[in-house]
Amino acid sequence: MLLGKLSLTPALCTALRISPAFSGAQKQFGATAIHARLYVSQAAEAVLDKQVVGSATPTKAATAKKSQSVESQSFAVNMFKGQINPSQVFPFPSVMNEEQTQFLQELVPPVSKFFEEVNDPVKNDALEMVEVKTMEGLKEMGAFGLQVPTDLGGVGLTNTQYARLVEIVGKHDLGVGITLGAHQSIGFKGILLVGNSAQKEKYLPKLASGETLAAFCLTEPASGSDAASIRTTATLSPCGKHYLLNGGKIWISNGGIAEIFTVFAKTPMKDEKTGEMKDKITAFIVEKSFGGVTHGPPEQKMGIKASNTAEVYFDNVPVPVENVLGEVGDGFKVAMSILNNGRFGMAAALSGTMKGVISQAVDHAANRIQFGSKIHTYGTIQEKLARMAMLQYVTESMAYMVSGNMDSGSKDYHIEAAISKIFASEAAWEVADECIQVMGGMGFMKAPGVERIMRDLRIFRIFEGTNDILRLFVALNGFQDAGKHLKSLQKALKNPLGNAGLLAGEVTKRVKRRAGLSSGLTLQGSVHPELSQSGELAVKAIEHFGVTIEDMLIKHGKNILHEQFVLKRVADSAIDLYAMIVVLSRASQSLSQGHVSAQHEKILCETWCVEANDRIMKNVRDLKSSSSTQTFKNMKAISAAMVENGGTVASHPLGF
Amino acid sequence: MSRVLVGVKRVIDYAVKIRVKPDNSGVVTDGVKHSMNPFCEIAVEEAVKLKEKKLIKEVVAVSCGPTQATETIRTALAMGCDRGIHVEVTGKDYESMGPLQVSKILAALAKREEASLVIVGKQAIDDDCNQTGQMTAALLDWPQGTFASEVTLEGDKVKVVREIDGGLETIKINMPAVLTADLRLNTPRYATLPNIMKAKKKKIANMKPAELGVDMVSRGPGGGSEGDILRGLLAVEQSSRQHGGLISSSRTHLHPAIVATDFHDSSSLKGYSETLSFTELIQPTGG
Repeated sequence: MLLGKLSLTPALCTALRISPAFSGAQKQFGATAIHARLYVSQAAEAVLDKQVVGSATPTKAATAKKSQSVESQSFAVNMFKGQINPSQVFPFPSVMNEEQTQFLQELVPPVSKFFEEVNDPVKNDALEMVEVKTMEGLKEMGAFGLQVPTDLGGVGLTNTQYARLVEIVGKHDLGVGITLGAHQSIGFKGILLVGNSAQKEKYLPKLASGETLAAFCLTEPASGSDAASIRTTATLSPCGKHYLLNGGKIWISNGGIAEIFTVFAKTPMKDEKTGEMKDKITAFIVEKSFGGVTHGPPEQKMGIKASNTAEVYFDNVPVPVENVLGEVGDGFKVAMSILNNGRFGMAAALSGTMKGVISQAVDHAANRIQFGSKIHTYGTIQEKLARMAMLQYVTESMAYMVSGNMDSGSKDYHIEAAISKIFASEAAWEVADECIQVMGGMGFMKAPGVERIMRDLRIFRIFEGTNDILRLFVALNGFQDAGKHLKSLQKALKNPLGNAGLLAGEVTKRVKRRAGLSSGLTLQGSVHPELSQSGELAVKAIEHFGVTIEDMLIKHGKNILHEQFVLKRVADSAIDLYAMIVVLSRASQSLSQGHVSAQHEKILCETWCVEANDRIMKNVRDLKSSSSTQTFKNMKAISAAMVENGGTVASHPLGF
Repeated sequence: MSRVLVGVKRVIDYAVKIRVKPDNSGVVTDGVKHSMNPFCEIAVEEAVKLKEKKLIKEVVAVSCGPTQATETIRTALAMGCDRGIHVEVTGKDYESMGPLQVSKILAALAKREEASLVIVGKQAIDDDCNQTGQMTAALLDWPQGTFASEVTLEGDKVKVVREIDGGLETIKINMPAVLTADLRLNTPRYATLPNIMKAKKKKIANMKPAELGVDMVSRGPGGGSEGDILRGLLAVEQSSRQHGGLISSSRTHLHPAIVATDFHDSSSLKGYSETLSFTELIQPTGG
């Protein structure tokens, strides 16, 4: 699925366009936390159901608030409050039992072998489709139903096991990866997550065997990042047995080859309170055989050419009411949970891609002689290789951290999953780019295959939530939890005697922080003693980050929603911070378990932490400085002038 | 309808770069990827095919070695064998285990299981012995069809096309018999994930060589006195390839297509002299 479309609706414009929609709801920011969460997170994803937000009833908000009273165990959520909750990140998750581990160990070799010996990525790329024999082989292999329960014909893998296999796919062929991912990571994931047992039994066995393929249909010509604006409609037939589906979807992965579609459409619904009819989004399972489902020709793309991408049209398609996926009107929640649930897979696949590309760069660096020496002896190349290794290490650690958290039952991983998608897609791009650079002219040639990987990788920063929108998502979700925290403190202040204990702690923390002293946060006991210095850097970074978040909240209040220059820098820091924590956790585990690569991992971790900390500190400083406020204003002005002028504005140095 | 016994050996994966232990006592095996010997895979495939054609009723996979040998048996089960037998050989016995010891085990099992065919790979890619099949046939006093590139069951006989020097030889032998699989016999299937799952339910029996009455001692030419045990003396790294000679110009020796992709121009070095001039020495080339 090609969710984003940078070319038509640049993320920034989209998000800017969205913001006015909040005006009605803003009054409640902070006061009803869950309400804020709802619209903030959806804003960032641009899957905001504006009506829902606008009309949320006080009762709804109250119940929601109650359910939120449990403290989040998410590390990312807590770091926005300047707090450390190590429970999900230390020690590094180890979620497989012995049997699951053994099973996975048996699965890895045949899958690797299949991709080494049968699949031909070059041919798939040239043919602009997955070769038929490969497709058949993958079906036999069971690759189309990795997470479908075994009693429904799937392999029944956990997220962690799935991640390990997807890593192999990512290493060899991202085009095949998208074909498989569009099918099971998003195409029918909705049936797995929210489908009822009748739907599961009807659809999953054939989907798991690959007899039928699935696709996820959300994006429309006028609705990319802003998914709330979809125009496809589903109207209940007079007899009440069918919905009639009408509309067109674009850039649908597997759109031309799928039989089963998860389709999001607007359904008119009566608002229980006001009695008004309003359009809400609902998810449907649509079979091609229902009639009226057609598709366009395969799109010509920059990369992932082996995967099929097509427009899909629905013309009066009769969809039985029992094919509503989840509840009527809950389509957004369904779309969100599908996308949230699948993001770790991208991090896993791309860590595999990076591993493959890195070995090519290393091979070249270790053998190419220039100026009389192997080029790996030169600092320029050494720095490139080292950075590639760090990026891969972080991505891999994030992938298995998130999948591990999911497997141990966490429901609160949306920030972490978004971070892993952003980080992985940018890291992989950087690694492929630097691999080509290390290989020089050879890297630019088609034969070594890195140019194909580079083309394939580009889409990962765009689809399934553009990285720009996901950054807003990360920052706004964090802000909203931090805002909640601040609000509870303010409330406590109104009754200082009753909340003496809580306030005393907070006051001391604040006084200490302002005086530049440690507020008592620590990772001691979590981080391996050999990494204590890096651990301290992370603690300091969290403290500074927490203070900055609070400062920004106090400074901008509810208007933080509009401060995208700020949000971007906050998200960048959050990503760097989470990256520090995952590598600290992983390297600590390797050190305490005495892995052969423990000392190497220690260096990777230490180096990453020093540089990440520097970046965080710079962002934190920038956010406070007046010069950066000016810079943001400048950029707004420059952009406005360009839009006015239809391109660059400066006159030519030659005057014509 | 009868039973086939297939021998499967766990070896260092063919793609792994072999490293010799620092004390030259052998090769490094710890933490190294292992898989089923490729010729054994061919043997398994042939047996499973016979079963699929309903020419035999059961395929039993056997592996001799430490606990990890069960992984190799699991692979065989995932490829379609019905059950496994793990003959546990560890420590010194495992280090000195050679084709003769394995043949004794296979022969004992062949009798015990009343197998009508024993199929093994023609050789293992680690020690390249190429003896187990032949020795097993000798111990059982059964006919042998070695280096098979085609196997056809014909009643109580088996027709075997053998790969011999300079051509193919077709023989017909009585069953029970021992076959060894050559490279072109078939293309082994991939263990699919659903089949790996199903294989989890298949049984692997565990036994010790003693239970089969097999003596695991490797004797030297002296015939068996203590201290006359066959053992490896020295493992050394393969000497690296000789350097190539210098030719006047690569262009005359290369295919035109390769010359066209020869991006790197050595002209950047022309400016090199003792007085370093960086602008000449480091200049972008190619493109």
